[in-house]
Amino acid sequence: MIKKKRKKWSTFDIVAYIVLGLLTLITFFPFYNVLIVSVARFDVISKSNLYILPKSFDLSAYKLILADMKFWTSFINSVIVLVAGVAFSMFLSVAGAYALSKKGMPGRNGMLSLILFTMFFNGGLIPFYLVVKELGLVNNLLVMIIPAGLNTFYLIIMKNYFGTIPESLEESAKLDGANDMYILLKIILPISAPFIATFGLFYAVERWNEWWYALIFISDSSKVPLQIYLRETLITSNSLLNTMAMDMAAKGNFAKVYTPALQMATIVITCVPIIAVYPFLQKHFNKGIMVGSIKG
Amino acid sequence: MAQMTNHVHKKSLWKTILQYKYFYIMVLPILIWYAIFSYAPMYGVTLAFKTFNYREGIFGSPWIGLEHFQTILTDMELRRAFFNTILISIVKLVTHFPTPIILAIVLYEFSRTVARRVFQTILTFPHFISWVVLSGIIVNIMSREGIFNQLIVMFGGEASALLVDENAFRPILYITHIWREIGWDSIIYLAALSGINPELYEAAEMDGANRFKRLLHISWPGLKSTVAILLILNVGQLMSQGASFDQIFNLYSSPVYSVADTIDTYIYRTSFTTGGDFGYTTAVGILKSIISVVLLVTANKIVKKLGEEGLY
Repeated sequence: MIKKKRKKWSTFDIVAYIVLGLLTLITFFPFYNVLIVSVARFDVISKSNLYILPKSFDLSAYKLILADMKFWTSFINSVIVLVAGVAFSMFLSVAGAYALSKKGMPGRNGMLSLILFTMFFNGGLIPFYLVVKELGLVNNLLVMIIPAGLNTFYLIIMKNYFGTIPESLEESAKLDGANDMYILLKIILPISAPFIATFGLFYAVERWNEWWYALIFISDSSKVPLQIYLRETLITSNSLLNTMAMDMAAKGNFAKVYTPALQMATIVITCVPIIAVYPFLQKHFNKGIMVGSIKG
Repeated sequence: MAQMTNHVHKKSLWKTILQYKYFYIMVLPILIWYAIFSYAPMYGVTLAFKTFNYREGIFGSPWIGLEHFQTILTDMELRRAFFNTILISIVKLVTHFPTPIILAIVLYEFSRTVARRVFQTILTFPHFISWVVLSGIIVNIMSREGIFNQLIVMFGGEASALLVDENAFRPILYITHIWREIGWDSIIYLAALSGINPELYEAAEMDGANRFKRLLHISWPGLKSTVAILLILNVGQLMSQGASFDQIFNLYSSPVYSVADTIDTYIYRTSFTTGGDFGYTTAVGILKSIISVVLLVTANKIVKKLGEEGLY
C-alpha cells in the first residue's frame, strides 16, 4: 500500500521474533546492567541491584577512577600498544598477504603450509616464554606489539581477499612501467581501503583487549595495560579497591562509593573505545568475511 | 635431451623468481616473524627431555631422557587437568557448534532485513569484548548479591555463589561461551548462505516446497562444506581454543580447580606461580600439541570419508 505490498507475518516470523528477541535481550541486558550499576549511588544500590531503570545518577565512581594515577599509567600504555601495534600488524600482514596472494610465485605453497602449520602445532608456553625473554622483551611494552603482532587467521582472510582482485588491473599498470611495490601502494591499497580498514579495526580491538602477554611477560606495574588494571580491580583484589575508595573518602574528596559501582565504571571506561568503533566494525565485517571466506 | 629441458626449466625458474622479487621482499617480514615466534619455540621442545637450568638456558641444560614423561604418568593433578580439558572442550563443541548455524539459518530466513540487522548487531557485540571484561560482568551477575541470585530468590529459590560451585562452574562456561560467540560465528554461515543462488529458492517455492524442504534441499547443501571445514578447525583446536585459557583463567578460583583446571591453566600455574621445572611443563605442552595434531588429522579423515572436501 505504501510502497510495496507488505509481506504477511507467518508463524515462522513470529516465533523467530520471539526467540531472537529473547536472545538479544539476554545479550544486551548484562551490558545495560553494567551501565546502571556504574552510576548508582551507594545508599540506593546497596539495598538491591535488581532494577531495570536507573534509580539514581551519580558519577563519583568515575571521578574516583579518573583520579587514580595507576589508571592513567595503564591507559597510556594501552594507547601506545594500540597505535604502534596496529601499525606494526598492518604493515606486516598487508605486505605478507598481498605477496602470498600471487599464485605464480615459486615457493608460495611451501610458505603457506609453514604458516598454516603454526595454527595447529606450537612449541608451547615455556619455549615461547624463553624465546621472548632471550629477545629482551620481558617488562617491555614491545612484547604486546611484536610477538602479539600477527594473527594467522586474519592473514589468510586478507590473502584470499587480495586473490580476488582481477589481475588485469595490475597488468595494465605494469605496461605503464610500474613495479609491484608501486602497484601495491598506488593501486591495490586505495581500492581495498575499506577492507583493509576493517582489519585495522580488528587488530585495534585485539591490541586494546590485550592482557595475556602482559600477564606472562609484564610484572613491572608501570608497564601494565588497561586490561590488567581492570583485572586487578575486578578479580584479583577487592581489598585493593576498598583501600583506594577509603583513601579517597578519607581525603574528603569523595562520598562513599559502592565497590561494584567502581568495578562497573572501570568496565565502562575500558569498553568506550570499542563501543566507539563498533558501528564501523559492524558495517564492514560481514563483507570482509564474505569476500575472504576460508577457501581460495 | 632430458638434460637440456632440465636446463631450460632451471633457467626459467630463476627468471620467474627474479620476476617475483618484490613479492619476496614483501613476504620476508612475516617469514622472519614466524621463524622467531613460531618455529624457534618449536626447537625449544627439546627442553622436555632436559631439566631446565636458568644459567645454562635451553642449549646448556642437561639431558635427562624421558624422565618428565614418566612423571606425567603419575601426576594426579595433571591427570585431572587433562580430563577437564577434554571434557570441557568436547561439551563446548557439542553445545556451541550447532548454535551459530541455527542462528544463521533463522536470520537468513528472516524476511525483515532491518530487524535482521538489529539482532545481528547486538548479538555480535560481546565477541569484541575481552574475557577480562566479560568475566567482571559475569562475576557481578553471578555473585551472591548479583542479579541472577536475586531473581532466584524472587522466585522462591535460594541464593548461592555460583562461580565457586563445582556443579555450576562448567555449565556457566558453556553458556557464557555461546553468549559471547554465537553472533560472530554465525557470520561465516550467513556468508555461505548469501552465496546460494536465490533463483534456487524461487524455483523451489514455485514447485511448492515448504520452508523445511527448502532448508533441507537448498540451504543445507549450500552450507555443508563450510560446516565441514569449521568442524575440522574446531576439532583441531580442541586442546587449545576448546578449553579457552582466557575464559577459564578469568573466571576460576581455587574452590573449583577440581572441575575447571585445564592443561593450559595447569601449565601456567606450575610454571609461573608455584615454580615447577620448565622442562616438565614443556613436556606437558608437547603432549597437548601432539594430541591436537592427531585430532586434526582424524577429523579431516572422517570428514573426507563422509564425502566432503577436507582441510587439506
